[in-house]
Formats: sequence, C-alpha cells, structure tokens
Amino acid sequence: MKRIAVFIPLAIFAGFAVALWLGLSNDPTHIPSVLIDKPMPPFELAPVVPGQRGLSHADLKGRVSLVNVFGSWCGVCTEEHPTLMKLAANRTIAIYGIDWKDTPADGAKWLAEHGDPYIRVGNDETGRTALDLGVTGAPETFVVDRNGKVRYKQIGAITDTVWHDTLAPLVAKLEAER
Amino acid sequence: MIAEVGRFALILAFMISVSQAILPLIGAYRNDRRLMSFADAAAQAQFFFVAVAFACLVYCFVTSDYSVEVVAANSNARMPLLYRVTGTWGNHEGSMLLWSFILALFGATIGTFGKAIPNRLRARVLSVQGIIGLGFLAFILFTSNPFARLFPAPIEGNGLNPLLEDPGLAFHPPFLYLGYVGFSTAFSFAAAALIEGGAGAAWARYARPWILAAWILLTVGICGGSIWAYYELGWGGWWGWDPVENASLMPWLLGTALLHCALVVERRQAFIRWTLLLGVMTFTMSLVGTFVVRSGVLSSVHAFALDPARGVFILGLIVVATGGSLALYAIRSSKLPIGEPFGLVSRETSLLLNNVLIVSAMATVFVGTFYPLFIDLIGRDKISVGPPFYALTFVPIAIPILVVMVVGPFLKWRQDRLASALRETRPALIAAVLTAVAILALSLGTQIPAALGLGLAAWIAVGSLQILFRRIRLGRVAFSESVRLAFALPRSTYGVVAAHLGIGLLVAGITGSVFWKEELVLAMKPGQVTQFAGYKIEMLKAEVGQTDDYEFQRGFFSAAMGEDRSPILLIPELRFYPGRQSETTEASIRSGPIANLYMNMGEQNGETWPVHLFYHPLVVWIWIGAFFMALGGALSWSNGRLRSLARAPASAKIAAAE
Repeated sequence: MKRIAVFIPLAIFAGFAVALWLGLSNDPTHIPSVLIDKPMPPFELAPVVPGQRGLSHADLKGRVSLVNVFGSWCGVCTEEHPTLMKLAANRTIAIYGIDWKDTPADGAKWLAEHGDPYIRVGNDETGRTALDLGVTGAPETFVVDRNGKVRYKQIGAITDTVWHDTLAPLVAKLEAER
Repeated sequence: MIAEVGRFALILAFMISVSQAILPLIGAYRNDRRLMSFADAAAQAQFFFVAVAFACLVYCFVTSDYSVEVVAANSNARMPLLYRVTGTWGNHEGSMLLWSFILALFGATIGTFGKAIPNRLRARVLSVQGIIGLGFLAFILFTSNPFARLFPAPIEGNGLNPLLEDPGLAFHPPFLYLGYVGFSTAFSFAAAALIEGGAGAAWARYARPWILAAWILLTVGICGGSIWAYYELGWGGWWGWDPVENASLMPWLLGTALLHCALVVERRQAFIRWTLLLGVMTFTMSLVGTFVVRSGVLSSVHAFALDPARGVFILGLIVVATGGSLALYAIRSSKLPIGEPFGLVSRETSLLLNNVLIVSAMATVFVGTFYPLFIDLIGRDKISVGPPFYALTFVPIAIPILVVMVVGPFLKWRQDRLASALRETRPALIAAVLTAVAILALSLGTQIPAALGLGLAAWIAVGSLQILFRRIRLGRVAFSESVRLAFALPRSTYGVVAAHLGIGLLVAGITGSVFWKEELVLAMKPGQVTQFAGYKIEMLKAEVGQTDDYEFQRGFFSAAMGEDRSPILLIPELRFYPGRQSETTEASIRSGPIANLYMNMGEQNGETWPVHLFYHPLVVWIWIGAFFMALGGALSWSNGRLRSLARAPASAKIAAAE
C-alpha cells in the first residue's frame, strides 16, 4: 500500500498535465451555435434609419444571405465594414444588418458616416433578438440559406481572407442547393 | 548589430546551461571536486551571457531600433525613456528573456554566495537550475526569438499597450518574476535532496534563505500588481480573481506553507518528505502560472500572447521538471527519514494544520482557475468562475488559518497543553470581542460581517504583538529589563511578529473595503455640486488637450468634508492613444488611513461628463499589511542568512565526516 501511495502525487500531476494538453487544442474562440441547421427564430425589428423598413425573419427567405450583427460602439465592426461595403457594391451577396445594443440615432449616424451595405437594418436596442440568436459579441455574422435556415455563424470580423477562404465557398455551395 | 550580439550571447548561454546541467551532476555522483566546482563558474557565466542578451534587448528598445520585430510591435520613439525601458518586458519575447535573466541571477547567487552549502548539494542544486535554464533558453531561441529582424524596417513603432504604460509596470513584473522564478531554488533544493536521497536540518538551513527571498519578492510583486490594478484599471478593485492573479497567488500560498514546514525540518527534522513535495509543487505553480499567461488556455486580460505552439513547449517543460521530480520522489521517498514523533497538541501539529489549510485554500483557487478549462473539456458551455465562488470556498478555509495562526506560535515543540497557549492569547481574544461588540453597538447590530472581520483582524494583530510582549516579558519584569530584552531578541522574532501583524492589517483592509464600500455614478457639468459619502463634491472645470503621446479630457473637482475643512482637488483623466487606438482612464485618488476617495471620468456627452465615484474605507491597509509581511520576511531573512554563515564551519565538519 505504501509503495503505491508514493506514486499518488505523480498520478495526480499526470492527469492535470493531460487536461492542460487537451486544453491547448481547444480553441478558445470556437463557440458552437445552437442554431446551426435550424430556422431563424422569429423576430420583428424596428428600423434604424427613420423612414426605412425594419427587419423581420420573414425577409430572410428566398435567397442566400448574410445577417451581420453590429453596433456603432463596436470598434471591430468599423474595421470589418469596408469588406461588407465591397461585397455590397459588387452585389456579391445580400447582407442584412442587426444594430445591437445601440440607439437608432447612433446607429443611423454610424451608417451615414461609414456607408450602408445592408438591404435592411433592424434595431435591437434591448438585445432581445440577439439573445434568441445566441449572439456572443459583435461583430458576428450568420449565413442563412434560401429556406431561412441558419447554416453557419462567423464569430468576429469578416476580413477578405475569411470571406475568400470560408464564407465564399459556403455561399456558393448553398446557392447550388435546390 | 546589437541585436545579433544579443542573439549570440543567448546561444552561448544556452550551451553553457547544457554543460551546467550535466557535468556537476556527474561530478557529484563520482565525487569529483573539479566537475562539482564547475557548477559555480557555469552559473556565473550563464548569468553573464543572459545579462548581455537582456542588455542588448533593452538597448534596442531604448534606441527604438524598429528593424527588430518586437521593438517595432511594442515600442515607439515618442514614448518617455522609462517606458521604452519597461517596454522591454511588456511583450511576450522580452518577458521570457526577463524570466531567464532572473533564473540565471538566482543560479549565480547560489554559485557566488552559497559557499557554505556542501559542495555536493550545491553542485546538484546548480545542475537542476541549469536544467530549468536550458529549457527556458531553448524556449526563447526556438519559439520566441526576441532579436528577430524585420525587413524592411517600419518608420513608426506601434507603441506599448497604454494600459501597461504606467510606473506600476516598471516595477511590478520584475518583482513578480523575481518571486515566481525565485521559487526555482525551492525546486532545485528539493530535487537535489531527492537525487541525494537525504535531507535534514542542514538542508533546510541552506535552502531557506533563497526560498524566503523569493517569497518576499513575490509578496512585493503581488502587492504592486494589486496597487496597479487599483489605480490603472479604473474600476476601483484591488483583486479580481483573474486567472493570472490566481497564478501568482497559488505559488505564494504554497511558498508560505513551504516556509513554515521548512521550519519544522530545521528544528525537529520532521515533515521532510512533505517539505520536498511542497518545494516541487511551489515551483510547479510558478511554471503553471507562466503557462497560463503564455498559452491562452484561459483567456484573461493579462494574456498578451496567445500562441498554442508556445503553450505546448512550456507544458513540455512542466512535464519534464515536475513529472521528473515527482517520479524521483516516488522512487526515493521511502529512503527519507520519518522524523521525530510529536504530540497532538504541539507546535508541529499547529504547523501541520497551517499547511493542510493553506494547501486546501490553494486547491480552491486552483479549482476555480481551471474549472472553466475542465468544463470546456467535457464539452459543456464556456463559463467563468467569479468572486462568489471564492467567497464560498476560499474564505471559509482562510478563516480557520487566521484563527489558528495566533495560537500556533505560543505552542511548544513536541508536546504542550492547549490551555497554556490559550492563556497567552487572552489579550487577543479580549481585543477581538471588544472590536466586534463596538462595531455592532455603533451600527445597531446591522454590520455583522464587518464586526466579525474586524474582530478577526484585532485577534491577529494583538495576538502577533503578544508574541513580542511575551518574549520581552512585558509587564512581568521591570520595563527597562523589557527594553533590554527587546534589543537582544533575534531579528527573526521581529520578522514573525511583523509578518503576522501584516496579515491582521490585510484582513482589516479587506473587511473595510468589501463591506463599507460606497459607489455613485452620475453625469456632472462644471459648477454642479453633489453629495457623496460625506463629501461635498463640485465640478470646477474640464480641460481638453493633447501631449506627444496621447489626447486627454481632464476634469477638475473639489471635494470637501464639512464646511470648515479645506477642500481637496481631484483631477481624473481620460486618455486616448492614437498610436494604438485605445483609451485608458487615469483615476484620481485621495488616499488616507481611514478611507480612499476614488474618482473616474468618462467621455464628454454634450454638456456633461459621466463621473464614477468610489469610497473605499481602510483599503490602504491591504497594501500596508502586505508591506509588513514583506518586511517581516526581510527581517527574518537577514537574521537567517547571518546564522547560516556563522554555522558554516560546523556544517563543513559534518560534510567532511560523511
């Protein structure tokens, strides 16, 4: 018994080391979305820019689209914005926006300043819709197929690299689906 | 050119560490004097070359040599000289070089000032230091080269993360590392004892000064980090249970336990195995701390280099160092002596209890720190563990430690009666009860937690002073005789008194700042007056402007307590660093022994500025308490060092007799 006891510290340490090793291969930014392959939960959002239309889940059916969650307070969104503007200018894909935890006035000012790549923008000042969507931070972008189902969630900014390597092939695949 | 010199010096240091790791070990095994004495020279040479490399990197930072990648990424010629120097370790590569520099420094001090340590033990200790140095120098050379060149060199450097651009940063990480890395000596002494297959009173006497030095420096480092967080992060907190803070607390707790049980080894030759195990574990926690910060396994505000490849390397180092010495422990521990028996009520028992409780407290911090990782591995949600967890786990274990630590020093070695120790602590008990009752009476019974907390603080503070009073026989002999005794007492006794008293002050500070804190958020414009925590606070004016480094918005406020007292001026500031596109808040703090008034200001919103006010009673005593602990350690260290030198001839005789 005593001979085994002296190995206890070593055994405990070995277990801990294995856990740390597994932890290393665990990507801290990988947060799975519960919505993948499920329809967008229903929502009706008021417009950000006065006079324009807001955004509803029903708008997302019919074509493959991106739903981009942003906010005028979010620094990374400003960095991401030129990529979205380019995609919109080239009519590459339909982009919808959800202005998250932001007043409509600030959101409208931000869009006026940086440009508006979105077909429609809804205001989610209370964050209620974002909660249903399982948003963990801004910017975050959902890829929605033509049946209105969420197929992918991009956490963090869409850079040119992210678009070319990850999103563009996926969108092409979804557009080929019948 | 200078960068290449630095890299070359690092390669030389690496090669020296290889021979330092191997040759003295062979020398100690074959009892070859020449090979053993090589250890001292190697440790000194390794220190020299790592110091050259470190100086070269500092030079690159000071001269803003943007052709060196880390300089371009982390520094800027517009920064003041102090921050160009401290910027050297404000990044991953530089901080790892500082780590190795301090490791080599400790090795060199053993090689230079540790001549009293028997040759064989010293050779083995330095060999283990060499193995650790080898690992970290390889880590730097192969994964984190600080001297990598950038071509073409950019015209403008990126600048330092402005959060780190603060005098606190100049001193906090070096002290933290001095402590962290200093515990490598605990590890090396423990591993050397396991290789040797023996340890006793002499071993404890040789190891203790180095462990104590590391503990003092870590205490200063943690305290400095806490002060830095308090005034720089802008939320008025002094401890956040952040993974990286925990990573420094865990080795500190184990180091504290280690110091106490090394005392038992020295006096009674008991707890030897446990002490060696603690020595290994303490430094393992330092390594784990480094791993946490460097690997990104746990995300945290401190983790400024997220790179899994580096994480794998450090994990490999931990596995080799800790796994290796625990395996050695498993093989060798049966050969170690058991020690002398002791009674249920004795100094030994109280120190054993101290150790069990401190290690349990460390375990709760450990679980809290790594729980998110384990949950993640099982595949559940990402979670983080916050202060409520520690309030429920750490605090209930800390309280018995605080109760027992007052009684322990009055117990005799081997066997004592509890009643006689309790009689000595009676003044402490009276002080505790009076304090608690006074607070309950003044608050009409509403402040129960604060009354208990300050009662506990009084128990510890008076109980600690009682150690001194008993030793000088205060009140039992003539006062002049007590004064004479006070001068004759060894410094280590004052060390114990100061360190324990420091804990009492710390408890008082924590209690006041947790239970009596006040907070107010409001929008103010110049001319506006508000009442807060007994102060009349008026916004005088606001200023907007810029310096070379940043743009600022600055508010001027007067705070007056009562009509007849002259008001004090508070000037909180919001800074924007264009180079980094980031903001910092510079809180304005009025510090005092009774309470701190703490003020923050946000960005202008129309006519008004958002203002955040905090009132933190007794908070300064947290850091004064930590200072007393470090002071106690220093007193004890100066005493212990002299004693071990004085006994050097005797131990040389023992070594000769072997």
